[in-house]
Amino acid sequence: MISDGVEDEEKWLTAGIAGLQQNAFYMHRALDSNNLRDALKYSAQMLSELRTSRLSPHKYYELYMRSFDELRKLEMFFKEEARRGCSIIDLYELVQHAGNILPRLYLLCTVGSVYIKSKEAPAKDVLKDLVEMCRGIQHPVRGLFLRSYLSQVSRDKLPDIGSEYEGDADTVIDAVEFVLQNFTEMNKLWVRMQHQGPAREKEKREKERSELRDLVGKNLHVLSQIEGVDLDMYKDTVLPRVLEQVVNCKDELAQHYLMDCIIQVFPDEYHLQTLDVLLSACPQLQPSVDIKTVLSQLMERLSNYAASSAEVLPEFLQVEAFSKLSNAIGKVIEAHVDMPTIGVVTLYSSLLTFTLHVHPDRLDYADLVLGACVKKLSGKGKIEDSKATKQIVALLSAPLEKYNDIVTALKLSNYPRVMEYLDTETNKVMATVIIQSIMKNKTCIETEDKVEALFELVKGLIKDLEGNHQDEIDEDDFKEEQNSFARLIQMLYNEDPEEMFKIICTVRKHILTGGPKRLPFTIPSLIFSCLKLVRQLQGQDENPFGNETSTTPKKIFQLLNQTIEALSSVPAPELSLRLYLQCAEAANDCDLEPVAYEFFTQAYILYEEEISDSKAQVTAIHLIIGTLQRMHVFGVENRDTLTHKATGYSAKLLKKSDQCRAVYACSHLFWVDDQENMKDGERVLLCLKRALRIANAAQQMANAARGNTGSVTLFVEILNKYLYFFEKGNPQITVSTIQGLIELITTEMQSDTTTPDPAADAFFASTLRYIQFQKQKGGAISEKYEPIKV
Amino acid sequence: MDFLVGAFKPPCNVSISFVDTKTRKQVPLKKDNGQTIMVPLFQSQENIIGEVLIEPTQGKKFEHNGVKIELLGQIVRELDVPGELFERKTYQFEFSTVEMPHESYNGINVRLRYILKVTIGRNYISNIVECQDFVVRNFTPPPSINNSIKMEVGIEDCLHIEFEYGKSKYHLKDVIIGKIYFLLVRIKIKNMELEIRRRESTGSGPNTYVETETLAKFELMDGAPVRGESIPVRLFLSPYELTPTYRNINNKFSVKYYLNLVFVDEEDRRYFKQQEITVYRLLES
Repeated sequence: MISDGVEDEEKWLTAGIAGLQQNAFYMHRALDSNNLRDALKYSAQMLSELRTSRLSPHKYYELYMRSFDELRKLEMFFKEEARRGCSIIDLYELVQHAGNILPRLYLLCTVGSVYIKSKEAPAKDVLKDLVEMCRGIQHPVRGLFLRSYLSQVSRDKLPDIGSEYEGDADTVIDAVEFVLQNFTEMNKLWVRMQHQGPAREKEKREKERSELRDLVGKNLHVLSQIEGVDLDMYKDTVLPRVLEQVVNCKDELAQHYLMDCIIQVFPDEYHLQTLDVLLSACPQLQPSVDIKTVLSQLMERLSNYAASSAEVLPEFLQVEAFSKLSNAIGKVIEAHVDMPTIGVVTLYSSLLTFTLHVHPDRLDYADLVLGACVKKLSGKGKIEDSKATKQIVALLSAPLEKYNDIVTALKLSNYPRVMEYLDTETNKVMATVIIQSIMKNKTCIETEDKVEALFELVKGLIKDLEGNHQDEIDEDDFKEEQNSFARLIQMLYNEDPEEMFKIICTVRKHILTGGPKRLPFTIPSLIFSCLKLVRQLQGQDENPFGNETSTTPKKIFQLLNQTIEALSSVPAPELSLRLYLQCAEAANDCDLEPVAYEFFTQAYILYEEEISDSKAQVTAIHLIIGTLQRMHVFGVENRDTLTHKATGYSAKLLKKSDQCRAVYACSHLFWVDDQENMKDGERVLLCLKRALRIANAAQQMANAARGNTGSVTLFVEILNKYLYFFEKGNPQITVSTIQGLIELITTEMQSDTTTPDPAADAFFASTLRYIQFQKQKGGAISEKYEPIKV
Repeated sequence: MDFLVGAFKPPCNVSISFVDTKTRKQVPLKKDNGQTIMVPLFQSQENIIGEVLIEPTQGKKFEHNGVKIELLGQIVRELDVPGELFERKTYQFEFSTVEMPHESYNGINVRLRYILKVTIGRNYISNIVECQDFVVRNFTPPPSINNSIKMEVGIEDCLHIEFEYGKSKYHLKDVIIGKIYFLLVRIKIKNMELEIRRRESTGSGPNTYVETETLAKFELMDGAPVRGESIPVRLFLSPYELTPTYRNINNKFSVKYYLNLVFVDEEDRRYFKQQEITVYRLLES
């Protein structure tokens, strides 16, 4: 049976604590009775529990902390003893009689602390003695904890500037030397830990080592807290000594942690002023050290420092921080040949953030960084690693966030080259990010060149890149991205029609490559962008410069026509029809009859040839009627042709009710309110009568098929049309026809075969109320209505 | 009853006292029966002055063949001619500037004692004898030459060290300062200790008896060092009961001291290097 290691450890810890408590008890008794001999004896025995090799660092720490608390009491006692006249020097010797080294050194540090406080000897001498004597513990864990104890008890007794322990003989240099030495020894012990014990437990040991790292790092923290460590001392003594140890220890874990520690604990301005030294250490680290994180941390800190205040920026320029960092990164990447892509990108991403913060005016620096990144990525193909991809997105997003203006980013020639390395999916994500940035900041893209540049960036949305993965794409995602791209088209705008036309042509060129799935999203956006330009030109005189190449509505309409045609490949007849009608209306406003006629023709052709679904037909016919009604550009002949066709289509709809409604809608085609030559009362009446006939037929059909006549809604609707034209003064609509219709409806409603329909009843009732109201309103209208009886 | 008791009791009480008992330093001395008593301390060439008090029991007189006092093995003083003693009598004695070159020593196989012995000679029956121990300690000035002990030792391809002790001669309250420098470490050292060993040899030639005692075990290092480490040594001698080094005392015995540097590896194998040091008694100021 193999015993459970964890369980055993727990047992040993319990035993250790028990031993410790027992001896602590006797120690307390000795302290209470001022028995120095016994106090020393039992404290040494108590500390002997720390000699164990059986505990993991985690458990050992628990034991250590308990001892630490007990030693505070002993220290108080020593202080008392010293006050009572016991020579502290004798005490300092006395504790050294202990035969076991570990208890001896814990006691020595404890007395040493009192010794310094008594000022009977220069602090530096005592400190030096203590840190030297601690060499006797070569066991890594025990040594680390002992030295940690030393560091702890000496912290407030360093001969720092302004400290009470500073004197002629004790200077801050001594304090620094002491901490540096303790740091060096601790790091050596820490690094050595990995070689202790069997190789198969290496992973466990590395974990344990990691748990101990803060004991080592604490020294750096102490150094950073020493008042007397000014920039000069940091530069001349502290940093070189620390780095020497970091480089020489040749240990991955230690190097990474300590570099990080240096960056975190010392002030930013020190880093800035010692950038050379700090950076020159980087290529000397072990190849396995995660140097990118270290450098990224450094750059992040410096970036934040730069962002904290504009006053510090000159410092950055003075020390040429950018070129130094840039060089260092180059060297590190060169030195680590097999650095993964994520590493490379992270480094450049950090550098970019740095330069954006520190040199917002130096766009060339940013481009340089991107260029360098491209260079390192070249030959690696698309990046597969998802983390690396994320980093590239971060890298590319940084300039957008900083400048809040894509136009600035478009000046970065290497920007699209970096994007090349993204996989299709991420490329799209990035494109969406760019578009969102534009939308958020309402950035207007004003020139054809910029549009070209921008489209280069978002080309992942414009067309399929390398191999069609359409099948895998989520329909909703696709819609969203295309909608966002469609919105982008609206942001491409220039007041100057010439430039705007160029932009439109460019956009058109690109979107036409998008394939059938994208066109229904992109083309409408472009069409409306064009129409906006048309509206702008429409007020101006034709061809203001007399220049053949200048932009005219005609030219735009040609383009529009061709563009909508492209949708036929999709096919998207309903959408095309709508767009044709929109264009026709615009042409109408520009007084271009042939153009408008052409658009209508196209729309009709689509209706006849492509739109076969009855519901779609109903929608389409109403759109056609509505648009046609508003057209005023047509001469009699063209108009007749178009209205004739429209009424024809209406009568051929499938469902009778649809036929009826379309036909009565057609009545409006012959009666345009503000146009005197467009009031053909007879044909209006013809339409309405035809509608009535259809409504009748519909009822009969219903009766035949289902045994009841269905609703009277259609009749009420027709009645309303009658009233409309009656009011508008159509002479063909007479009181008697209206009267007749009302009676017809009333009879129908009372008929047994009619299905009761509350909605229709209400509709009819409110129509009658309207008539009543008009009758009582007074004036010409009332007179007109007077004869109608309800 | 009284008669019977009286028959076996010595006819008198004898006691020895020193003139300066009150001022003279007393040191502990271990007797044969294991008890420790306090005895006066002398050094060479001191005067040993005192008096012997003889008091007959129950006021009876008794005869004697003379009274003498001797500093054992050396000097005899006649205190009284033969005669009768019937009352309490005090004899002054003085041994002036006595040469006592050897210190009292209480070893395992050998003891060096100083004894004052009063003998009251009697006819036909055994003499009356009374003894008084005292201790002699002699002080040495600091040696004019006191070289350090420095040496490089090792086991080939296994362990190479260089050690240095600041001095070769130490007084009894001295402190040993030194350092151990590791040149090569291929064994897994668990710890390192410094031992103080005493070697007492008695007799001579084939009849030499040697006894070795470890008086101190002092841990110098915990754990395994690597090449280049230097471990400090600081050992205070005062807590240990040392004597000065004695070399060939009266051709009878020697007491020598050694520093033994011991390495223990993880398999509890011990590697050591022993160096003799000289211990002397420095006059305490």
